[in-house]
Amino acid sequence: MSEMRRVTAICNGTVIDHIPAGHALQVIKMLRIDTNRSNPVSLVMNVPSDKMGRKDLLKIEDLELNQEELDRLALISPNASVAIIRNYGVAEKRVVELAEELVNVARCTFSNCVTQNPREPLPQKLVLYSRDPIEVRCYYCGKRQVLDDIIDNLI
Amino acid sequence: MSDVVTMDDLSNEEILSILEDSVRLVPVARGAVHLPLLEGKVLANMFYENSTRTRMSFETAMKRLGGSVLNFSSIGTSVAKGETLFDTMQMVEGYADIAVIRHPRQGAAQYSADAIDIPILNAGDGAGNHPTQTMLDLFTIMEAHGTIEGLNVVLVGDLRYGRTVHSLSHALIRFGAELTLVSPETLMMPDEIVNDLRASGATISESTDLVAAIPDADVIYMTRIQKERFPDEDEYAKVAGIYMLGAKDMDDAKDGMIVMHPLPRVSELHPSLDSTVNARYFQQAFNGVPTRMALLCRSLGVEIPEEVKK
Repeated sequence: MSEMRRVTAICNGTVIDHIPAGHALQVIKMLRIDTNRSNPVSLVMNVPSDKMGRKDLLKIEDLELNQEELDRLALISPNASVAIIRNYGVAEKRVVELAEELVNVARCTFSNCVTQNPREPLPQKLVLYSRDPIEVRCYYCGKRQVLDDIIDNLI
Repeated sequence: MSDVVTMDDLSNEEILSILEDSVRLVPVARGAVHLPLLEGKVLANMFYENSTRTRMSFETAMKRLGGSVLNFSSIGTSVAKGETLFDTMQMVEGYADIAVIRHPRQGAAQYSADAIDIPILNAGDGAGNHPTQTMLDLFTIMEAHGTIEGLNVVLVGDLRYGRTVHSLSHALIRFGAELTLVSPETLMMPDEIVNDLRASGATISESTDLVAAIPDADVIYMTRIQKERFPDEDEYAKVAGIYMLGAKDMDDAKDGMIVMHPLPRVSELHPSLDSTVNARYFQQAFNGVPTRMALLCRSLGVEIPEEVKK
């Protein structure tokens, strides 16, 4: 059975396919999708995939994710395919790109970092150090974070 | 960019060029030659933490080159009233041509460098970087050994919180030194730094035994166990005074081995060591002047003449 038949087609919104199996909940957190809101979100986990063996899939109704939000997704799912759906059809395909710098995505938690003073007008900036596995470092103090840390420290 | 926030802001060629400039500037640093290369320029010395040698040697360096210095300390200024670093640096940009900053928070120098357009030299940010100290340390090692490549440099003491050894270890590896890290278990070099050093092909050994490291050392770099960086006084008491070197310990040393220390010392260097041929720490403190002269000139885009004439 195709995974597309597990949930119904959506009229308008965003479909994120080819999420690594078991990571869809992390993606929801990473995209800051407010699960208390009324838009329906369909989540499919661990379905068979020709390309990936197993994969997760998300369908978010009535919400078009912008590029900045999608680029956050690249931390978890650099090969995800994203389609913007309008009136049951694919209106746009978007490419997810992992940026070299993550600005105001997650905060540095090092207690002595200059970013810890909330009065200083400075962005939270993390620099990509390794793509596989994901490792970033604070632009200011150099403190490292792996993927689980980034998810815990999302802004 | 003319900022120096970490040693990564300088290529190996630039480091060597600054060290060569520093050699030529020694007579100027001693006051034997008058060379007002920075006449009319103003340095802002921004010290949010205590300093003796760094602040004074920057001031001497600037003044020997004909420039002037604004000294700032966070006590008795608007910082005590809650002024942000960003605002203070905006003001400094209007008053000075170049700024030196020491700050207790890690990353403060990078933040300052991004906030304003005048060049920033990092004089220590928390337990982070202290690149101008590294430059004078490299100068001192080159002065004694003529090279860095292949030397066994033993770094001793507080390797966890000591920003001096963090900057220095990276630079030494870039020039092909071998490192022996000697510290109590609780003050070992952070794994992140050791892993980075090893990833760049460094030969590193770690130990808690200083005496065993002496015979093979070309340089012993002692550091103070920094009481102010310990969250807990009891933890400090456990390791204070754990490593000490005196004149007698030099019996086992190789010819030409030098003992360095960024100073201030507490008990780790016995005064009996001061008169040995191995002691270099006071010379090292002086070396801060010519190296900081060369760094100031580089950041301000001022060329140092090939020959510094009397």
